[in-house]
Amino acid sequence: MATPNAPIFEMVGVNKSFGPVHVLHDVDFRVYPGQVTALVGDNGAGKSTLIKCITGIYSTDTGTTSFEGKPVHINGPKGAAALGIEVVYQDLALCDNLDITQNMFLGRESKAVGLLDERTMERKARETLASLSVRTVKSVRTSVSSLSGGQRQTVAIAKAVLWNSKVVMLDEPTAALGVSQTRQVLDLVRRLADNGLGVVLISHNMNDVLEVADRVSAMYLGRVAADVSMDELRPADANETIARLGESQGKSEVKDQMRRRLVDLITSGRSGTIGLARQDV
Amino acid sequence: MSETANDQTPSTAASDFSLDNQKFTFATACGNYVSRLKGGDLGLIPALLSIIVLTLIFGAFRSDTFLSLQNFGNLLQQASPIIVISMGVTFALLLGEIDLAAGWTAGVTAAVMVTAFRDGRSFPVAIALSLFVAAVLGLITGYLVSYVGIPSFVVTLAFFLTYQGILLNITGEGGTVQLSNSTMKSIMTKNMGITGSWIFAGLLIAGYAALLYTKRQTLPMSVLTAKFAAVAAGVSIFTLILARNRAFSQATIQLIGIPIVVPLVLVVLGVLTFLLTRTAYGRHLYAVGGNTEAARRAGINVKRIRMSAFVLCAVVAGLGGYLLASRSGSVDPQMGGNQTLLLAVGAAVIGGTSLFGGKGRMINSLFGGMVLAIIDNGLPLVGKATPFGIKTIDFSRSGIKFIVSGLILLLAASVDAISRKRASSS
Repeated sequence: MATPNAPIFEMVGVNKSFGPVHVLHDVDFRVYPGQVTALVGDNGAGKSTLIKCITGIYSTDTGTTSFEGKPVHINGPKGAAALGIEVVYQDLALCDNLDITQNMFLGRESKAVGLLDERTMERKARETLASLSVRTVKSVRTSVSSLSGGQRQTVAIAKAVLWNSKVVMLDEPTAALGVSQTRQVLDLVRRLADNGLGVVLISHNMNDVLEVADRVSAMYLGRVAADVSMDELRPADANETIARLGESQGKSEVKDQMRRRLVDLITSGRSGTIGLARQDV
Repeated sequence: MSETANDQTPSTAASDFSLDNQKFTFATACGNYVSRLKGGDLGLIPALLSIIVLTLIFGAFRSDTFLSLQNFGNLLQQASPIIVISMGVTFALLLGEIDLAAGWTAGVTAAVMVTAFRDGRSFPVAIALSLFVAAVLGLITGYLVSYVGIPSFVVTLAFFLTYQGILLNITGEGGTVQLSNSTMKSIMTKNMGITGSWIFAGLLIAGYAALLYTKRQTLPMSVLTAKFAAVAAGVSIFTLILARNRAFSQATIQLIGIPIVVPLVLVVLGVLTFLLTRTAYGRHLYAVGGNTEAARRAGINVKRIRMSAFVLCAVVAGLGGYLLASRSGSVDPQMGGNQTLLLAVGAAVIGGTSLFGGKGRMINSLFGGMVLAIIDNGLPLVGKATPFGIKTIDFSRSGIKFIVSGLILLLAASVDAISRKRASSS
């Protein structure tokens, strides 16, 4: 999987300080259409700050932003949404007392002669869920309070893609989910990218990252330690390992090695040839 | 690549949205209803049951007075101010807030209205002036709650006393201001007559049929027919009862037809229900009440919604104040005080509106208000009685009435809290 065409979203040389605390150091961040970019890093590495800079909640001290190749200035969440950048938060995304359709259109209801146009909203909600091959929801009029964690996350993601968004950022979408529900959500994440969206997956779960991500941006103490494709993360002797240990065992060994490299990047900022130079740390 | 497969008809996938596509029958509709009940969403059931049980009890004790035609008309008039104030309070309750001063807001609005009439102002001017005052009171409360950030409980507790003082200043110490406007008086004294009542009943049934027609795609025909039959029968019986002369045999004037206040309350109910269910504003109110953070992230101006809810609460409570004034023919310094607020909040909660926000409908206040009015009306009529042969109690004393009303509110709040727990644990 070679680095594709041009990034749909790009931030270069971002610095951000809160008073004396320098949180982001010359951060470069890119999102490519049709790819899942995992944003990993320990607590305090600056992931949340970066996301808030991207969505315009925080202003940046330095750095340039471009969207679809054109320089832009994002003033706030509304500006980000207008460009087609949506964030799906872990919790707090849905109103329990409303149904799926009402939640998906919350704040942006379809109207006919000034009144709510329920038929149109129901139809669009159904189409969006269907286009994401969501098969677990019985009715778009189901109350969100009766949905499982995975279904809720699915609805939250569907809400984000409803608006022809081009970049979707998912904040720990699988954090509170069981095994099969995690499966559902990861499949959905993959399908988003396959539909041509630029997907950002923020996660502490390396299994999830290895499973769906095409690229990884690892942050370490406010710096981007590595911005690599999964191929670059793959050990050089991966093919030999698989040949030596056999198909299944070899693949899981390669995966383990990649996981260790990711963990190294997160905990010390470097792993082998990739990562921050030592004196820099 | 997956797009081509999905593009044809997104709803063809058999397992998705099975409920949306399947023709659903009377049985599935009943099944859904039962599962909703099990989930803790009792809706109007407690209120309707209470109305039936209380009517049977009071009817058994005092069939001569409680079940009399005159008392039935009286009951509706007695319930109406509470119902309207309760619909106002619903706006605050939907956000999980409370307006303890709503009763006094009604009193102040009524006082402004009667003094405007006393000073010779015309009907539209008196109405505009008093509703403006109500809106300003609501605006101040709303501003303090949503922009300054004081809990609504504290703000309205402070205004509970403040508004009482304002009312006292308007009416004058111990004074009573007579309601001089005959139009306003007629709300609680006039009836619609036989023809008027039946025309109104017909319009009501036709209106309900039209409402059901808009739901024809979401509910099966059998359910719609059943609902229509129930409402049509209810309205017809109601009208049939009220279409007879209720006055005492020796009385010089006749009391025939539905009291004028009934259609007025139903209009307020209709308008507010429309606002809550058919407009984006109503949707946003529910969203803020259900999950403020999600609403904020969806781009809803949470503070403005919160402030506007208190304005609406005050204005609708003010409308309730007109009914209070019309009923007593004057405004005194106690109007809207005593148990008014308790009954208004109680009416909403008994009807099924949640104290935790995000859940409730305007019609809940109608049925909850009827429950409390029946207690208010029935207990004094029962008078001295000896329940279970234990001890003779005078049920007409205010002491008993207050205890019963308070306990009923507590019971309703318990049902609310427990059903909420069930819903969150399921």
